[in-house]
Amino acid sequence: MSTPVLPKLVGQRVKRREDPRLIQGLGTYVDDIKIAGMQHLAFKRSDVAHGRIVSIDVSVAQGMEGVEAVYTGAQVAEFLAPMPIGTPFPSPAHYAIATDVVRFTGEPVAVVVAADRYLARDAADAIVVRYETLPAVIDTELAMTGKPAQIHKDFPNNLAVPLVPSGTGVPPDGSSVDDTAVNAAFAAAEVVISQRMLNHRLAPTAMEARGVIAHYEPGRTAMTIWSSTQNPHILRTMIAAMNGMGQDQVRAIAPEVGGGFGAKINIYAEEYVAAAISKKLGLPIKWIEDRSEAFVATIHGRDILCYIDLAAKRDGTVLGMKMRLIADIGAYNMLLTAAIPTLTMLMANATYDIPAIRATLTEVFTNKTPTDAYRGAGRPEATYFVERAMDMLARELNMDPAEVRRKNFIPKDKFPFQTQMGAIYDSGDYEKALDRALKNAKWPELKAQRDAAKAQGRLVGLGLAMYVEVCGIGPSASLPTGGWEHSQVTIERDGRISATTGASPHGQGNETTFAQMLADQFGVPFEHVTILHGDTSVVKQGIGTFGSRSQAVGGTALHMAGIKVKAKMAKFAAAMMEANEEDLVFENGKIFVKGAPAKGKTFADVSNYAYIPVPLPPGLEPGLSEEAFFEPSNNTYPFGCHISMLEIDRDTGEPRLLKLVAVDDAGNLINPLIVEGQIHGGLAQGIGQALIEEVVYNSDGQLVTGSFMDYAIPRATDFPRFELDSTVTPTPVNPLGAKGVGEAGTLGSTPSIVSAAVDALSEFGVKHIDMMLRPEKLWRIIQGGKA
Amino acid sequence: VIPTTFDYHRASSVEDAIKKLQSTGGKLLAGGHSLVPLMKLRLSEPAALIDIARIPGLSGIKERDGQIEIGAATVHHDVASSSVLRQKCPMVSDAAGEIGDPQVRNRGTLGGSLAHSDPSADYPAVMLALEAGVHITGPGGSRVVKASDFFQDLFTVDLASDEIITGVQFAPVKSAAYAKLHQRASHYAIVGVAVALDVKNGGIQSARVGLTGASSHAIRLANVEQALAGQPLSAKTIESAAQLAGKDLKEINADIHASESYRRAMIPVFTRRALEGAAARA
Repeated sequence: MSTPVLPKLVGQRVKRREDPRLIQGLGTYVDDIKIAGMQHLAFKRSDVAHGRIVSIDVSVAQGMEGVEAVYTGAQVAEFLAPMPIGTPFPSPAHYAIATDVVRFTGEPVAVVVAADRYLARDAADAIVVRYETLPAVIDTELAMTGKPAQIHKDFPNNLAVPLVPSGTGVPPDGSSVDDTAVNAAFAAAEVVISQRMLNHRLAPTAMEARGVIAHYEPGRTAMTIWSSTQNPHILRTMIAAMNGMGQDQVRAIAPEVGGGFGAKINIYAEEYVAAAISKKLGLPIKWIEDRSEAFVATIHGRDILCYIDLAAKRDGTVLGMKMRLIADIGAYNMLLTAAIPTLTMLMANATYDIPAIRATLTEVFTNKTPTDAYRGAGRPEATYFVERAMDMLARELNMDPAEVRRKNFIPKDKFPFQTQMGAIYDSGDYEKALDRALKNAKWPELKAQRDAAKAQGRLVGLGLAMYVEVCGIGPSASLPTGGWEHSQVTIERDGRISATTGASPHGQGNETTFAQMLADQFGVPFEHVTILHGDTSVVKQGIGTFGSRSQAVGGTALHMAGIKVKAKMAKFAAAMMEANEEDLVFENGKIFVKGAPAKGKTFADVSNYAYIPVPLPPGLEPGLSEEAFFEPSNNTYPFGCHISMLEIDRDTGEPRLLKLVAVDDAGNLINPLIVEGQIHGGLAQGIGQALIEEVVYNSDGQLVTGSFMDYAIPRATDFPRFELDSTVTPTPVNPLGAKGVGEAGTLGSTPSIVSAAVDALSEFGVKHIDMMLRPEKLWRIIQGGKA
Repeated sequence: VIPTTFDYHRASSVEDAIKKLQSTGGKLLAGGHSLVPLMKLRLSEPAALIDIARIPGLSGIKERDGQIEIGAATVHHDVASSSVLRQKCPMVSDAAGEIGDPQVRNRGTLGGSLAHSDPSADYPAVMLALEAGVHITGPGGSRVVKASDFFQDLFTVDLASDEIITGVQFAPVKSAAYAKLHQRASHYAIVGVAVALDVKNGGIQSARVGLTGASSHAIRLANVEQALAGQPLSAKTIESAAQLAGKDLKEINADIHASESYRRAMIPVFTRRALEGAAARA
């Protein structure tokens, strides 16, 4: 008779344990939480893009039944300081509610506190604001000339960050610029590709918009804040600091979070205002964002313009690159706004061994919603610019787009690789990913299919893009919050396992993957492991989930805490069995001396003994609970290759994606099913950017795409079945060898699709098309016009 | 959805709904897919909503005396999946199946779409091509308005504030088809063309062509209809008739999704596609 053997779960396609509750409506989101006496906020928002506030009449609103209080921006500024940012760049004061000038449509100008949401909104609608309208600054490059207006007093020509150089011949502090190598590369060039490209503005549009409840309890002098956030610990830090409280006095809770995509890293005006008003009034305060607000009040993503020049030999060898980046960051700096485009510079080297690169970055204020991290955050932009330029080079030289890339790859034996941009790529084998993608796509046959379709008069094109991104962020030098993660693993008295993680999953499936890891580590059933997250009173320390870091950094902290508690548990078990702890094996719910499972103790028995240790083994404290902080020595650099096939309707210009082949290398995979889900989501957003998603402002600064009636988000029916595969190149920077995968799908897909569109329309002599690929834009090319 | 305050009434019958319309000055609520988005934006602030979605007999698809009747409260999904329509007049099911997305199709109603008369809605073009009768009941009794008289202007139809659309009725046409250029966010029609052909012995006896998306409201394309009538059903006829589509329209809608000139160019394209679809069913 043998006991059933527990399967090893790491590397298996375990179904997400989060899903049953989420798809049955059993999750608890911020808006599901109600507290007796809770008051609701509604913000009066600016309907002009740029204007001086002449007067605000709150008299009617203040007199309405159920209205507790109304505050203008100036009144809020009396008890709430301007909002802090997390980057070292100079920044204009950014009040949570505008005090004198409004700088984007949707900026708050007043706030109502009322007994319910409907009354609050009615009262906000009753506030009358008069503006002296100022010219709206919408065009990015025009803004750089200070026209038609200067948005912030101390920032002439609307330059938030004046030109920052980086790359070859520039020391890390940017203090000097030596262009010798770059100039030599361009002097030696046999061919130069030059193109202006826009990586346009997007709205993150999480399924659950933002929401917050702040509950200050005067009796306890304690604040609890629930928020739909990616990082409750950062929220706690900021809320404590802004309210003159200690971090011990603030508890931040991220309940179920319905998507973030980077937009919920920020600590927003509404969170600061809710907390400050709760403290001022001693009442629980709730604010739930509606979808119309989400389009203007939640950060936007991307919006980086690039002038790129690529110098090459006629055999395809790239000699040098120049990349002039101009980021349109909107009206204010948010938490990480200024840092996002620096990641575009950092990744300008892409997957290639380019001998000389000069990148420069300028960040520009405009009268638009501020930008910040959106899935990929700076890296899709770099990938897009470089991959489009590589594709243009291949077209110019009449080379296969795969071969021009192969010719320039950083060879696999050169890792760790110091790039021109100051990054140290941890590990990579780009040729392997390329070859796998070419094999899976049946590249020669695919090209023959395209040619056959073209011969029939169809407009079919192929696109290929490589990517490398920076993930697993990272060492503390790379984040203002510190770059570690924390975990505590506790073996409960009954032998079940509770583990906390400072990563704060909101769709990443860490409750599943982390339980897989601990189940394997301790040889216990998966069902016996619970992963706790998202509450600063439960999870002692943490940073949060962003930058594809939860597995690589958070997962490693969990693993390290597990090692510690396992070592202690082995000591208890050794004492019980009078054995050497080094000889013990944890398997199938038992701990036993290797080779003698029948004589072992159950996991539960050893756990119980650790909590009622009679006798207490010498040198041991009771209990089984250990914690670990893990800080990686470097970021990770996952990579891959995406290939797409696109057909464009000759009559209408409508693009249709026929095929998408992706090979992603995220290092070791804990759960390939979850990885595929992450890739699917990333691809959807990457393809969405290329084909249907675009934030559009009119020249007055009104957001034209302010609802789902005009802002398209991708649906399953927009896609073919994705053909996924992975290569595995582990990272040396963490013991799991895992690199991170949450953002990868947004990197390669976008340029591959635009390149496919250019290929499809090659008969019309087009060399580049700016996204998004609106049917009308493509139709005009087909009609003989210009892109 | 945070609308202004309103009273909610559920009507038990059409007569009850009319009484409540008169007593409250409110608006009818069926699927809520035209009205509620406006209320969400507070562009519409009705004092009362009269819910007609559950009035017995107001929804359903029937065939009677060679005519098809569709109740006003019938949701798009039921139209899209109706076996009677699929068999007798598949254009209507096709058009319903291209409205919005599954959530919209499971809530939105035929009557709501017609009464709202969004310039980009799909049903109006289809009803024009079928020359459907729109059945309307008001305090003074019932009346039937031809589709071509019903749609009058931007969001304006021949319907008084105390009247209710109870349904539509039309003679089914097998050789009919709808072709549409989707706006990718809303999935309304940038341009939508519905064509119904009367074909005998390989010749087009008569044709009706409805166009949506291009102008303030859905319209018939009389010049295309005339070019088709009496001609043999052939690729050449289709091509030359389609080329006329929209040529006589002075004003064409424009928005971020499609400029005036692009929309204008798409009208012949989708007219041709609808004609080809109808011809394939002849």
